[in-house]
Amino acid sequence: MVLMLLAAALPARGQEFATFLAALRADSFADKEQAVAALGKLGDGRAVAVLTALKDGRLLKAPDGRVIISQPPNLIDPMTGEVVPDLTADALDRVHINNRLRGAIEGALGELTLFSADPAARLAAARDAVRHPSVDGAVLLEKAIAAEKEADIRAAMQQSLSAARLLSGSKQEKLAAARALGTTTDPQIKNLLDQFRAASESDPELRQAADAALASIKHRLWLVGLLANLFQGVSLGSVLLLAAIGLAITFGVMGVINMAHGEMIMLGAYAAYVCQQVFRAFLPVGWINGYLAAALPVAFLCAGAVGVALERTVIRRLYGRPLETLLATWGVSLILQQTVRSIFGSPNREVANPSWMTGGFDLIGGFTVTWNRVCIIFFCLTVLAALALLLNRTSLGLQMRAVTQNRPMASVMGIRTARIDALTFGLGSGIAGMAGVALSQIGNVSPNLGTIYIVDSFLVVVFGGVGNLLGTFVGALFLGIVNKFLEPVAGAVLGKIVVLVTIILFIQRRPRGLFAPKGRSAEAEA
Amino acid sequence: MLKNIRYAVAVAAVIAGMPIAATAQSGDTIKVGVLHSLSGTMAISETTLKDTILMMVDDLNKHGGLLGKKVEAVVVDPASNWPLFAEKARDLLSKDKVAAVFGCWTSVSRKSVLPVFEELNGLLFYPVQYEGEESSNNVFYTGAAPNQQAIPAVEYLMSGEGGSVKRWVLEGTDYVYPRTTNKILEAFLKSKGVPPEDIRVNYTPFGYSDWQTEVAAIKSFASAGKKTAVVSTINGDANVPFYKELANAGIKASDIPVVAFSVGEEELAGIDTKNLVGHLAAWNYFQSVKNPTNEAFIRQWHDFIKDPKRVTNDPMEAHYIGFKMWTHAVEQAGTTDVDAVRQAMYGQKVKAPSGFVEVMNTNHHLSKPVMIGEIQSNGQFDVVWQTKQAIKADAWSPYLAEDKGKVADWSYPWVCGNCTKPKYTN
Repeated sequence: MVLMLLAAALPARGQEFATFLAALRADSFADKEQAVAALGKLGDGRAVAVLTALKDGRLLKAPDGRVIISQPPNLIDPMTGEVVPDLTADALDRVHINNRLRGAIEGALGELTLFSADPAARLAAARDAVRHPSVDGAVLLEKAIAAEKEADIRAAMQQSLSAARLLSGSKQEKLAAARALGTTTDPQIKNLLDQFRAASESDPELRQAADAALASIKHRLWLVGLLANLFQGVSLGSVLLLAAIGLAITFGVMGVINMAHGEMIMLGAYAAYVCQQVFRAFLPVGWINGYLAAALPVAFLCAGAVGVALERTVIRRLYGRPLETLLATWGVSLILQQTVRSIFGSPNREVANPSWMTGGFDLIGGFTVTWNRVCIIFFCLTVLAALALLLNRTSLGLQMRAVTQNRPMASVMGIRTARIDALTFGLGSGIAGMAGVALSQIGNVSPNLGTIYIVDSFLVVVFGGVGNLLGTFVGALFLGIVNKFLEPVAGAVLGKIVVLVTIILFIQRRPRGLFAPKGRSAEAEA
Repeated sequence: MLKNIRYAVAVAAVIAGMPIAATAQSGDTIKVGVLHSLSGTMAISETTLKDTILMMVDDLNKHGGLLGKKVEAVVVDPASNWPLFAEKARDLLSKDKVAAVFGCWTSVSRKSVLPVFEELNGLLFYPVQYEGEESSNNVFYTGAAPNQQAIPAVEYLMSGEGGSVKRWVLEGTDYVYPRTTNKILEAFLKSKGVPPEDIRVNYTPFGYSDWQTEVAAIKSFASAGKKTAVVSTINGDANVPFYKELANAGIKASDIPVVAFSVGEEELAGIDTKNLVGHLAAWNYFQSVKNPTNEAFIRQWHDFIKDPKRVTNDPMEAHYIGFKMWTHAVEQAGTTDVDAVRQAMYGQKVKAPSGFVEVMNTNHHLSKPVMIGEIQSNGQFDVVWQTKQAIKADAWSPYLAEDKGKVADWSYPWVCGNCTKPKYTN
């Protein structure tokens, strides 16, 4: 109220800007919200910087009554845009905001940024406008469409305009809007159409248009849902596959029941963490986005080295004694967990997505594909392809296969079987380490990381058929997709149970999994 | 050979970080037990609480100990194994003869040790927010009951300031605390006139890591035109992938706020919070609270742990309060005898780092302030709302039909934690 009076009393624009700016210092969130709305309406270019800073928590209160923008390393006076030399950021209090205020700022900024010079900002603002359709918004959008040069941004604006007209336009406009919106796939627009349908009960023509648009959008939404499930299934499958590939070698090819496999994944994740910290501490700021490139080989070498050491010291002495191997490797897994806990502490460690793996994009309206998932799918396929090449096209791969298929014969042919065993185990562990780097991008980095994936990994390898890369690949994808199609129907807990029961029944029928096994384990059984 | 084996065992023990130096000083010491998992899945949260008690003991000894004696912490590791909690508790009470035990995190571990404490008449200080529905004569609950955390958080979101939320997703991990809390919340929401179709309840397994489907479902549930919020009782390890998926799916706090009851500063330390700014947590304490007691508490913690980057959190504060109250009660009673100390506990007041004076009530729960914080990009919380005064805990929820008439009051004439009639009548 005081604000309004002040606003009315001071006609000059610069004065108004100063008044509203000062009002941001208020203690109550409601007062601040009024000031934000007023700043948005003012159309003053300086407001954008102020509101953005407020949203990011960079707006500070100086003791002399000024409001100051922190732009490290400088402090800037938003009135003049000049650097404030006599204050330090640490000594000042922030202007606090809450979610409601954050929403108001986004709304105000959205209106301001519809005319921004940055196309990405315009596109975001155009898309955002769908969420709060209003008469004022429609007017702004019309102006923006007239000024817009880029086709896709104009299309987004057009869609938001249709949404605004659906509820507030003339009858003709409403009909056109309903028709246009029927071709979208956004659940929010479906909801708008539902409201529109309810509001136009009395007018048969409008109702018909609404019904047609709703039927069309429902069909599209169903298709999008199917696509989303499929993508999520493939994505889960790729995560399972990554976790299981290493095991497919150590368990599948060599027949070693390696309970410490999960800990190799965990070591890889910690390698990613260490690389990230090293990049943050020693390299220029811009390089941080590349830390994964360093983390992959480091993780491979670390986990691989631990794998070789494990094979040389423990597993070698236990070949052909699966029960002892199981217990020994389980012990090793506990030792590794506790070692990591002692070195890094038990709380989770923060591994940030590089900026190019952050966020996602709307493939089709209402279905967001996240970058980190896409990257992991591609990474997983690359690892699998590289591994297949290594096993089938190199002499090392040939020797590995020879040793697993017929050890005495391979030995007679001059292959140093002990060395090949160590290398094979190291390779499997190293790949698990690389998987750890990838998994650090979607989950925790904690000493318990491995225990989350160990059961699933064994499940995939056993289901796919022990000793068969193709089986592991098909098994992982199948499990991922089945899981994701079950989950919306049955819920996560029940879905998991159903999948487990299915696998148990399947293994009963086909004890050797999807694809019949080859290698040492098959010999042992024969 | 024997030497070799001994050596190997010693090395293994060092590697496993097992030996906890309990520097036993013969004679005049008072022992307190620390029953927190230092290995296994819960080590992530509980190790810090062990350190908090060690810090408090250290501080107490520096200031002359208790009743003229040194205080000694006996640390055991129940290894996130619920039956082992009961065994270790029995050892602490009958072998080590500790005067009080500070411990447990999960409700299931508390339920597991409860019979032991009741049988041997021990004292347990339980520092974690929990689902309520319990009041034992042998436990002091220094964390929040549902009416000190869950209900106020939901009320805040319902208010205009919190965004006038109309539609609710109750998202939890599948075990006793989320199930009970969500049962209470559902009853509360319905009592406020929220129709059942505007409530979505979903449970996921422990350590759940693939949140794509659930996040997409939340998104589509929220697109129904009413302001939607997520109330999360997701436990520890599943939180990081959940928040990562949320951030990447572009769900902003101003669209669909998520309020969590198990995510504090310690958990945020493992997450990149840049894209989570504005999501909420409800606690009785945040590290960012500004007052002299809290500043001293944080300084003490940093000095003790020798790492200025370590954060403090709500359960740590609860242990701080519990330990202070216990020492005050022992001094007042002049003995560590459990029955005497218990009587002295009622009405104990401590100036807490939350900035409030917190009181122990006769239902064995504290009166605590409730605070709602928003996540900031630096991994801390900004308090956006708090109660004017401390709220007294309800051990039994007034929103559940089966709790009707149940009273927890261990003073005369009730002397009972779960009764509809006083024990003594005249």
